[in-house]
Amino acid sequence: MDERPLRLITSSPLDALARIVEALLVVASAPLPLEDLAAAADDDVERVEAALRLVGERHSEGRSGIVLEHVAGGYAFRASREAAGACSRLFERPVQRSLSQAALETLAIVAYLGPCTRPEITRIRGVAAEATVANLLERGLIAEAGRDDAPGGAIRYRVTPLFERVFGLASLAELPRLDDFDNDVETIRERLHVVAAQRGA
Amino acid sequence: MRVAELELDLEAFEGPLDLLLTLVLKEEIDLAEIDVAGIVLAFIEEMLGRDRSENGAAECELGESDLEACGEFLVLVSALLELKARLLFDDEAAELAELEPEEAAEELARRLAAYRRTKEAAAWLASRLEQERDRFFRLGPAPLRPPVSRPVAPHDPAALVAALRVLATPPQAVSLAHMALRYPPLEQFVQRFRSLLAGRGRFDFENELGELSRVEQAVAFLALLELGRLGEVAIKQAAPFAPIRVERRDTERSPAWTSARSA
Repeated sequence: MDERPLRLITSSPLDALARIVEALLVVASAPLPLEDLAAAADDDVERVEAALRLVGERHSEGRSGIVLEHVAGGYAFRASREAAGACSRLFERPVQRSLSQAALETLAIVAYLGPCTRPEITRIRGVAAEATVANLLERGLIAEAGRDDAPGGAIRYRVTPLFERVFGLASLAELPRLDDFDNDVETIRERLHVVAAQRGA
Repeated sequence: MRVAELELDLEAFEGPLDLLLTLVLKEEIDLAEIDVAGIVLAFIEEMLGRDRSENGAAECELGESDLEACGEFLVLVSALLELKARLLFDDEAAELAELEPEEAAEELARRLAAYRRTKEAAAWLASRLEQERDRFFRLGPAPLRPPVSRPVAPHDPAALVAALRVLATPPQAVSLAHMALRYPPLEQFVQRFRSLLAGRGRFDFENELGELSRVEQAVAFLALLELGRLGEVAIKQAAPFAPIRVERRDTERSPAWTSARSA
């Protein structure tokens, strides 16, 4: 009997490397950076990158139940979206998914301005951030990142790779620019200046 | 009931209320550390306790003196709260108070804009979360790396024995042969100069050096200095690099003798 593999795939000089990369990604519990993959596979970064493209083609939506994604600064496998229903019947959605408005605002501040301190968060949101920060820390979406330079400086926080993973971001650079959100700030400013003029008069 | 004597048992302070106020005003206690709600609770408990003991029931009407105490307490606590609030927002309050209405409006607009952007960013995150709700992935602890092994290269036991043997053998005595004295001892020159002076009374140092090597010349000079130190010779030199003249000192004019005679 013929000993050929069951799945008919176009043979490529990178096939062996692609199989190794697949194996590494299956074993990993967190996204693996390209450099780590190359070091583990004991091969060139460029070749591993090419092998990843091959793996990505084979493991894409509609072709496989396992999908390769570039997320949180590395590569990882996830379930395909068509399997989401089945997955949700067997597995609980990760706790990170249900975030309150306060938690989302705090996350936004830390993601855009981080590393930043709790007083800075409080200053922007105008309400105490203690409980929210503790909550996000517990969920692993933010982490401590040293202290402020001032004497007795407050602890600074940054978002974690888990944050990028939960939000499906390859890196923080994928966040939309903060300036793009600015739409009617000028209106607020004009209104405030009118009030100020009335007060001053 | 006297409000000032209200006994407090807070995390940061234990004692009567008036002492706490004094310490706070003297800035010996950081008001930020004081739990004002704790003070209010202590006051309420005190009032309830007194009412129970007087009337045997918790529900009762306040007497006139109690009303006064309540009023006094309210004034005190509100002052304390205001003080605490000022302390907590010290810099910010000062910053804002110094601003002109125009500047204040600008500052407020800046802060509102910052908050508005934060809200928009949060909304974006929320929508992103909604889009990603069908993404299921594995979450686990950080993967373990294999421990770094440091393999030892194979070695010949005989080599180890040889190395140990070298260590166990006492080292050979170090030869000092190369450090042997190549010049006559100091004493030889001392004797020579003494005999010269006994005969002639004086001599020129250079004339006596003759065929001596550099090292021997140095030893000869040391011998001369030694004689000078002992007070046996007077050493004279008219100018730098001029000939060194050595004269016998008259033993009778030695310092010891002179001092004996003058005494």
